[in-house]
Amino acid sequence: MKLEDATASIGRAASTSFSGYLGANHPELLPSSRSAGGLTPASAPTVAPHATTIVSMTYAGGVLMAGDRRATMGNIIASRHIEKVFPADMYSVLGIAGSAGIALDIMRLFQVELEHYEKIEGDLMSLDGKANRLAAMIRANLPLALQGLAVVPLFAGFDTAQRVGRLFSYDVTGGRYEEQEHHSVGSGAAFARGALKKLWKPNLDEDRAVRVAVESLYDAADDDSATGGPDVVRQLWPVVYTANSAGARRVPERELALAAAQVIDSRSVAGREA
Amino acid sequence: MTQQFYVSPEQLTRDRADFARKGIARGRSVVVLSCRDGIALVAENPSPSLHKVGEIYDRIAFAAVGKYNEFESLRQAGVRYADVRGYSYDRGDVTARGLASVYAQSLGAVFTADSKPFEVELAVAEVGSHPDSDHLYRLTFDGSIADEQRFIVMGGQADAVVDALSSRWDADHDFGEAVRTAVDALRNDGGGAVGGVSEPRVRLDAGALEVAVLDRDPLTTRGARRAFRRFLPAEVATMLEGTQH
Repeated sequence: MKLEDATASIGRAASTSFSGYLGANHPELLPSSRSAGGLTPASAPTVAPHATTIVSMTYAGGVLMAGDRRATMGNIIASRHIEKVFPADMYSVLGIAGSAGIALDIMRLFQVELEHYEKIEGDLMSLDGKANRLAAMIRANLPLALQGLAVVPLFAGFDTAQRVGRLFSYDVTGGRYEEQEHHSVGSGAAFARGALKKLWKPNLDEDRAVRVAVESLYDAADDDSATGGPDVVRQLWPVVYTANSAGARRVPERELALAAAQVIDSRSVAGREA
Repeated sequence: MTQQFYVSPEQLTRDRADFARKGIARGRSVVVLSCRDGIALVAENPSPSLHKVGEIYDRIAFAAVGKYNEFESLRQAGVRYADVRGYSYDRGDVTARGLASVYAQSLGAVFTADSKPFEVELAVAEVGSHPDSDHLYRLTFDGSIADEQRFIVMGGQADAVVDALSSRWDADHDFGEAVRTAVDALRNDGGGAVGGVSEPRVRLDAGALEVAVLDRDPLTTRGARRAFRRFLPAEVATMLEGTQH
């Protein structure tokens, strides 16, 4: 082997990306390998389930992310049980809005991407590194996004170097934007954002932050038909994850049932229209 | 043009095997042992970052002796194999048996076809729900694969370590006891000869050891799916102090 050949392998070895490896060796397994044929943005919402509202906010010592449980297909409720917030790795969480099937694939690929890096390198990826990897995956989905199958994630994590919780939003072209205080995505995002503007305060404690998240989703569900509110009949509550210095944690069902009951009770007692 | 001398296949295979064995025996031993709490992987390794044991998947770990660049590339290939399989099928479909068999094929192909065989010996361990369902596979440089029970010792003066370990190994040990047993056995590797009788080395410091485990039930003990856990030198030192009590 000539020296140039031998040294060229160093550049290739520097890639510890699982999605990069899949792209080179098993491109058919990538979420972006789908072909949507003649699908148009107008018809897309009625053929594939669409996942809706995600809210995220910082609180004292970490970040929190919450998602409602509804997926819609046009005017039909496609799922009442769908979960749209997931732990990405030990210190970060990912929430997804948009075309549900593609979004769940991207989420799964992203989880393996982070774990793969950790195993190959023997160390955790930096939070900015994770945010950039996710941006690359969303960028790869741009052709499908233009046909109406867009995926818009929200990424939040505890930065172990800076010791703070941070959150990132994305656009369909893979643009990555760091957000301050709080952010929301999905069809009910505008209503959730309005609620968060009034309810969010600096340095909320964790219990209070969970309640703010549940209440903002309640407000989103109140005005957006594609967002599901707390379902007391089926006992379904939003999925909420927190990430702080101790790692990512799913908030237990009973805490969420309690938070939802508090919101519903306070609204019933007030007896007002909105 | 120079004429190649005829070398019989037997001679060629023997030469290659001797070459690989010499390379493997040059390093220090690694011990992989099954116990009540799971599987412990203990290596004598002065480097804190160039690992001899590593994580492959949820319940699967890897240990190796020999040339670092060779077994590190095999480990990375194993991680890729497991991650692709788990991603395209399901996490539960990744097994140590599948991984061990692709390693065997790769080692066997290099042994017969390449200019030089791999100077490595590997162990692939998968922790089960109880000690009887643990899997320990040993893979040698020529692609041979063996399904072992109880423990695997590889590299260095492995025979001396096996002798010391077989009398003290117990399925009912917890991680602390298993690691202490393994470290005691490792002292027999590279001991000085006193009057013709090989004496074990006096002690092995935590700084010279690499210790990792596969938890039997990581979901209930740590709330994690991944069973692999690496111990820091300070934790290893605490574990070893148990000997005096």
